[in-house]
This record gives sequence, structure tokens and C-alpha cells, in this order.
Amino acid sequence: MKQYLIQKLISLLPVLFGVSLLAFVLGVITPGNPAELALSQGGYEPTPEQITEMEEQMGLDAPYPVQYLRWVGRALTGDLGTSYSTRNPVGEELARRIPVTLKLAACSITLTIILGIALGCTAAAWQGRLPDRIVGALTNTQLSLPAFWLALLLILLFAETLGWLPTSGNGGPRYMIMPALVLSSASTATAARLTRSALLEEFGKQYCTAAMARGISRWRLVLKNALPNAIVPVTAMLGNSLGGMLGGSIIVESIFALPGIGSYALSAVTNRDYPALQGYVLLTGLIYVLITLLVDTVSMLLNPKVRLGGKRI
Amino acid sequence: MKRCSFKLVFSAGLLALILLSGLLAPLIAPYDPNAIDMSVKLQGFSPAHPLGTDALGRDMLSRVLYGGRTSILLALTATALSMTFGLVLGMLGGYFGGFLDAAITALANIFQGIPGTCLMVAIAGILGPGIPNLLLALFFTSWAGFSRIVRTETLRIREEPYIEGLRSLGARSACILWKHIFPNMFTNIIVLFTTRVGRCVLSIASLSYLGLGIRPPAPDWSVMISDARLDYRSAPHLILIPGLCIFLLLLALNLLGDALRDQFDVRSREVKNL
Repeated sequence: MKQYLIQKLISLLPVLFGVSLLAFVLGVITPGNPAELALSQGGYEPTPEQITEMEEQMGLDAPYPVQYLRWVGRALTGDLGTSYSTRNPVGEELARRIPVTLKLAACSITLTIILGIALGCTAAAWQGRLPDRIVGALTNTQLSLPAFWLALLLILLFAETLGWLPTSGNGGPRYMIMPALVLSSASTATAARLTRSALLEEFGKQYCTAAMARGISRWRLVLKNALPNAIVPVTAMLGNSLGGMLGGSIIVESIFALPGIGSYALSAVTNRDYPALQGYVLLTGLIYVLITLLVDTVSMLLNPKVRLGGKRI
Repeated sequence: MKRCSFKLVFSAGLLALILLSGLLAPLIAPYDPNAIDMSVKLQGFSPAHPLGTDALGRDMLSRVLYGGRTSILLALTATALSMTFGLVLGMLGGYFGGFLDAAITALANIFQGIPGTCLMVAIAGILGPGIPNLLLALFFTSWAGFSRIVRTETLRIREEPYIEGLRSLGARSACILWKHIFPNMFTNIIVLFTTRVGRCVLSIASLSYLGLGIRPPAPDWSVMISDARLDYRSAPHLILIPGLCIFLLLLALNLLGDALRDQFDVRSREVKNL
């Protein structure tokens, strides 16, 4: 198992390298001169001499590979450059904002796991009957709702009309309910569908037929026998969901005014603040790669075939 | 061929209705979708303006009719482009293996190493708003997914005895790929295309809502929702109607994808669990 983990870690290195390269290239393809952009924030018009001086200061006169190495070197020490718009270090700003995004993602993934698996089990236990149809309709709806529209609808209903929840902002648990609901909506539906189909696949196997022949109740079969086997593909999907949530947090954070890294990325885009955007891409890439590693490890632990040294399927 | 299911007929019908209303918009829209008339701003439903007017007095019905044209066309183009690219790379990698496969897989892994929406916002943000840049952002974030699925399928089909037979008969690789492997994946590709067009519509809508995609004053459903950010509390119909349109379009595409999957009896696990 240790060997497998080490192998996995090594296989992730090229991906990390590629992600950093991609983040760097995003800065290079920026239309316009970065030195000029850095100087001209807030309507200021720099002189050509100032621009040349800034170019040297930013190391833009070096060839791209050298610039890349310098950038990665600094990034490894946590220095992601200075934001054009706020003049603050990008690394510090991201570090200050990441807890909000992580809290949001943690709430959403918890909702996804609980609701998704519960809905999937319900649908599978009553396959083809009314509960299955209701779950089917619900997941289809969830998958077709754009997050930003769902967010506005929830605000309209729960904040404006009923007054039960705060419209936006960061605070106690009440402030997290709507953002987490919105962010988890689509992945809950995916998890429910996957749980259902994995359970139905298990039902077709002999041990389930045997259990049913012994007269075991459908729910007992689902919870005690089939679910532990069906959970493996669902775990693998949750990693993708977490990645999707990092992306979705851009929309959700901006609508609910949460000061996380998603809203930071959006303001970086509006301010044409490229170091901030590069830092953001690098950070999300890193988090996503770590999530992939975590999910692989968990699904390995859940799958005895792999855990006990067999071949990975 | 199986009998057409209710789901298939329903979703295809809904989709046809949406496409038709977009196609016929210039003929059936009662007003110019961009005609501003401040004297009738923020009105409710009335005979003159069946779906009311927005904050600039533009007719909602006309804007809704026009509202899907750009994003549907864009979603189809972007999906077709990235799918063709992913298809070619995936088939080449899966069939020939070796260094080529390793290189393509590595490239796909890198592009999938950053969550799609994050990369899309970054690309669209750096290149600036506008249709060509939006197309690029969509292309760069979706080709890798296709390539991966197509590669897995190619690997599977390649091991079938008849392919080995063809090879031993001396068939050229290009001929095997194009005439034998591609047709075998065709139903998968149709299902994949339908589902992905839906996802692409969703991405375009999200980016446009954030101000990074289709720009105002274009009559577009997500732009309409984004425009109404200040007024939706007093005039909910400004976000309810265009949102419902996006929802129905996505629902039609998702259901159609599901129905086609059942119809064609798709067995590929990756396509099944999309």
C-alpha cells in the first residue's frame, strides 16, 4: 500500500509541473505589457522610462524559461507576486481567503454525501416505484438548474419573501445554508444517480439474490450488504465534485458576497490583476491534485481488493 | 431498434420547440429586442407586452425569443470543435499507444488538473470578454474530457478479435480507425455530444452571468438575469422568465441525453455515468 501511495505521488508530479506551466502561460498570453499594466492601475499613465524600469524590476527582459523558473521558485516559497490592484502580496491574500472557501466546500460536500447517498438508496430500494420517480425528477431538475439562477431564486424565497435567512455575507452557520445548498445541488444529483445505479448493479449479483431469497428486507439489504460495495464508485466521483465546487465557488461566493478565493478570482478578472489570477489558478490546481490523491487513497482503503495487495482495478 | 420512449419524444419535442422559437424569433418577436422605451420600464404582464418590460423598457417577450440564439449556436460550435479535437487525439493515443499515448494523456491530465470552471474563468478573464475568447475558453476546458473517454473506448475496441483480424489481413491503421473503430463509438459519441452541449450551455450561461461571456446589451437569457441584478427583488419576472428558459433548455438536453443512452443501450461505463 505504501508503495502504491508513493507511485501515485510520483505520477502526480508531472501534473503539478504542467499545472504550474499552464498558470505561467496564462500570464504570458496576457494582452498588453504587464509592466505597463502594473503601473497604470487607477488611471495613472506611466512614462516609457518608468515602464522600462518596471520591466527590468519584474524580470520581464529575461527569456521565458528563466522567467518561469524564477516564478516557480518564488511560488515554492509562498511568494506569488504582488497584486496590481491592491498592492498586497497575492500569497497572503489567498491564504487569508482560503478558509472561507474551504468551509463552504466542506459544508457542500457533506450535504452532497448525506443527501446524495440517502436519495440514491431511496431510489434503489423502491426501484421503478413512486419514490424512485420522485428522486429521478428531483435529480433531473437539479442537474438542469444553473447555480446562479438557483441562488437568486433561493434569495428571493428565503431571504426576501420569508425572511428566514440572511441574503448574503459571511457570519454564523445561517450564512452558509444557502451557499452550500446551491453549491452542492448538482453534485448531490450526480451522487444520487451514481449511488442508485451502483446499488442496482449490486442487486444483480448472487449474494444479493441469495440474501433476498432468505427474505431479508430491501432496506436491510441496501444498508448492510449492497451499500458498502456500491460506495466505491461514489467516492471516486466525490473528488470530481470537490473540483467542481472550487469552480462553482466563483459564482456562489460572488452572489452571496463571501470573501473566499472564488470572489477573489472574479475581482482579479475585473481588475485585470494577472498575478492574482495566476496565483489563484496555481492554488486551485494544487488543491485539486491533492484532492485527487486523497480520493484515490480513500477508495483504495475502501476496496479490499486493492488494500490487500491485489491488482488495482 | 427499440420503440421510442416517452422521455425521448418529450425531450426532443421540447428541444425542437426551443430551437424553433429561436430560429423564428425575427419573424414572431413583437418588438426589436434592443429597442429602449423608458416610458414603459419595469412593467408587469400586459397585452402590449405579454411578458412585461425590463428596466430599460425593452420588451421581455422579444428578448426571451432571441435570448437563446447566441448561446445555443456557441455551445454547438464549441462542443463540436473540442469533441473533434478530443476524438482525434483520443483515438490516436488509444490505438497507437506508446510515446504518443503517454504524451496525449499527460497533456489531458494537465488540462484536467485544474477544475474546469476555474480555468475557464481565468482564460476568459485574461483574454477579455467576447465570443471568440469565450469559444477558446470552452475549447481548452473541454477537449481533455472527450479525449480521455474516447481513448478508453478505443483501447477496448482495439482488443476485439475482428480488429486483430483486420490487422492481420494488412488493413492500414487509418482505415481501421476511421471505418471500424469510429463507427463502433458513434452511439457513444452522440450521447456524449448531447450531454456535453448541455454542459456547455451551462458554462456559457455562468460566464455570461459573471460578465465574462456574451456581453450586454445582447438579448441573451443569462445577460438578462445579470442585467436584472438590481431590480429582481421588486420585479421577479425579470429573472424568473429567462431563468426558466435556460432551465428548460438544459432539461431538454439532459433528458434527451438520458433517453438516447437508453435507446442505444450504451454500455460504456464512463458514458453511462456522465
